[in-house]
Amino acid sequence: MARKATATQAKTQPNVPQFSEQQDLEAFREMLLIRRFEEKAGQMYGMGLIGGFCHLYIGQEAVVTGITMASEKGKDSQITGYRDHGHMLVMGLDPKGVMAELTGRQGGLSKGKGGSMHMFSNEHRFYGGNGIVGAQASLGTGLAFAAKYSGDGSVAIAYFGDGAANQGQVYESFNMAKLWNLPVVYVIENNKYAMGTSIERAAATTDFSMRGASFNIPGEQVDGMDVRMVYDAAQRAIEHARSGKGPYILEMLTYRYRGHSMSDPAKYRSKDEVTKYRQERDPIEQVRARLLAGGKISEEDLKQIETEIRAIVTEAADFATNDPEPAASELWTDITIEA
Amino acid sequence: MPQILMPALSPTMEEGKLAKWVVKVGDKVKSGDVLAEIETDKATMEVESVDEGTVTEILVAEGTEGVKVNTPIALVLAEGESAGSAAAPVAETAPEPSEAPVVPAEKAAAAAPSAAVPAAPKFEAQSDPDLPEGVEMVEMTVRQALNEAMAEELRRDKDVFIMGEEVAEYQGAYKITQGLLQEFGKDRVIDTPITEHGFAGLAVGAAFAGLKPIVEFMTWNFAMQAIDQIINSAAKQLYMSGGQVTAPMVFRGPNGAAARVGAQHSQDYSAWYSHVPGLTVIAPYSAADAKGLLKAAIRSPNPVVFLENEILYGSTGLVPKVDDFVLPIGKARIARKGSDVTIVSFSMGMRYATQATEKLVAAGVDVELIDLRTLRPLDIDTVIESVKKTGRLVTVEEGWPQGGIGSEISARVMEGAFDHLDAPVMRVTGKDVPMPYAANLEKLALPNVDEVIAAVNAVTYRS
Repeated sequence: MARKATATQAKTQPNVPQFSEQQDLEAFREMLLIRRFEEKAGQMYGMGLIGGFCHLYIGQEAVVTGITMASEKGKDSQITGYRDHGHMLVMGLDPKGVMAELTGRQGGLSKGKGGSMHMFSNEHRFYGGNGIVGAQASLGTGLAFAAKYSGDGSVAIAYFGDGAANQGQVYESFNMAKLWNLPVVYVIENNKYAMGTSIERAAATTDFSMRGASFNIPGEQVDGMDVRMVYDAAQRAIEHARSGKGPYILEMLTYRYRGHSMSDPAKYRSKDEVTKYRQERDPIEQVRARLLAGGKISEEDLKQIETEIRAIVTEAADFATNDPEPAASELWTDITIEA
Repeated sequence: MPQILMPALSPTMEEGKLAKWVVKVGDKVKSGDVLAEIETDKATMEVESVDEGTVTEILVAEGTEGVKVNTPIALVLAEGESAGSAAAPVAETAPEPSEAPVVPAEKAAAAAPSAAVPAAPKFEAQSDPDLPEGVEMVEMTVRQALNEAMAEELRRDKDVFIMGEEVAEYQGAYKITQGLLQEFGKDRVIDTPITEHGFAGLAVGAAFAGLKPIVEFMTWNFAMQAIDQIINSAAKQLYMSGGQVTAPMVFRGPNGAAARVGAQHSQDYSAWYSHVPGLTVIAPYSAADAKGLLKAAIRSPNPVVFLENEILYGSTGLVPKVDDFVLPIGKARIARKGSDVTIVSFSMGMRYATQATEKLVAAGVDVELIDLRTLRPLDIDTVIESVKKTGRLVTVEEGWPQGGIGSEISARVMEGAFDHLDAPVMRVTGKDVPMPYAANLEKLALPNVDEVIAAVNAVTYRS
């Protein structure tokens, strides 16, 4: 009964789902927050305020925004890899806490002990923030296992990239998820490059929506640059999982504008390719154009939102710059829980 | 943010070449617009604008080499902003890149380490609970003890479940889970496919969400496929999350050499897991300890690696018949009090150590024998107290010598009781070779009673 994976269909799907003005405004605000936050993070990295690895989400904003809009906040759990800032912002985690974690300060979400790749929130049901490529597929399947075991009606959403999609444990997880019909949606964020290796050079089959076919897991390929398409597909997938039919795969065709991490100059792709995406497919510009074309929202209205977002990001950056480093005594806390 | 600063492209970059300006004075720019290209010996990258505004000044000319990170390279003023507001660059409040890493007292590094790094909190082990007067002792195998421990905890807490290969319908590859499926049903006693990496990760995820999984590995040899999830996901989670998310769970199964199963199925992982902060590592020898410590492990809020031994599964011991027999984690047991020499061991090593002790005592050596039971946290205090009395120490384990449990104990006794030692510490270990298959070679590769006696003779200068 599995829906046949619709590799080409989605790309040419004639019926683009329509957003209300309210939905467009929400998406605009969320995506802009990610964009501005990440730009600021990139700048602060350049100033030496953020150390180590820093993977920016710029270009991929529509994916996590559309999925989260279709999920139940505070109930459905989400988990991802190390490109995780956008997920936390959309899920409602405090931008100050996220930025202060990036700078390794005591007010960071993990008290400065996690860093860019390791932040979590039980309250928001966000489980990281995982640095080992592919691990979150198994962990996310476990979140779904817990949902089914406890019968709490939640769905687990596990994001991973086209690179992680070639990891063995992903298929071990697919197998168990379908075997036990666990309520999990696997979101494969296909941004076309696993670090510097293009999907063509790494994957024997590049249609990742088909990767669940041998486990009878339905999959769809979705335009991940159009938040409406993401939202629409996510609604289908989440409903499928929540109704007890088991896992569902959404391959999001997306693009990251920046390098893999801050130290990656992205020499493996052409400037034209990046420019084309930015000019023709940008997820935020699509929504902006739609809002303005609707006639009710003016440039001034959008500028007002921009100003508000910028204030949030500035406040986060100021906090993350001035908050003290964790106390030396924090070195020895949170290793184990004293029984 | 009117000043544009020379960015660092990597954690180690200190300077670079301003290769090219893409904008010129007077250009209007918005967020994401490329301003300039920066070159280092490794890479070229673009500097993007973070804000909207007009380029009012270019401070570093195109082609300039050796531009230090954080040097202002241009001014971009937003609408209505004046150059005067550029006076206080954010960078001034930022720590230098070289100071950003985590050691908070870095400047004190030249002083004694104790001044720079706060001391680890001391671990204090609880002693075994007092048993009621005249408590009935029941003889049972280690297998039965483990089985009872799990059954009791499954009865006690509905969040506890067990998963692994052949744990349910087959009743356990080594029959440790016998009868659990019948009592607790297939939702709580779960047969998995042969996918250690996947189901270990799945169980850790379930633990993040509040369940208390028991993961059975058919043997710990197969858990090497899952070791990433055990260490990177379970052990480090509490720390990485600043105390928010933990993985209360047990990974268990037979560890170490069985018999004649060859190199890939005969390995002792005690030292491996005991190396990892965040994990609790337990390796019991007796049936009573197997029961009391497995129950404690299942109730622990931390991830526990519980190392059993296939050869010990059938050995019997007396287990107290009380309602809820739970032993403290992290407390060694003094199996025999003595004053001439201390032997420290755990798990299967205790079999060699016990038999050696019997012979040595018969020969007039008053041996103190300590069963560690828990390998992390290690009850080093009990060992050190003993060494202060005996002055001599022999460790016994089946694992390899380099970086082994015996090596660790030796180092800590040297640090904590150096003046009390009357002889060098000696280690009896498995030989430094992969496990051979041939019966005679396998016997040679494992430690034995004679080697323990020889080591005791050496440290007591008897031979």
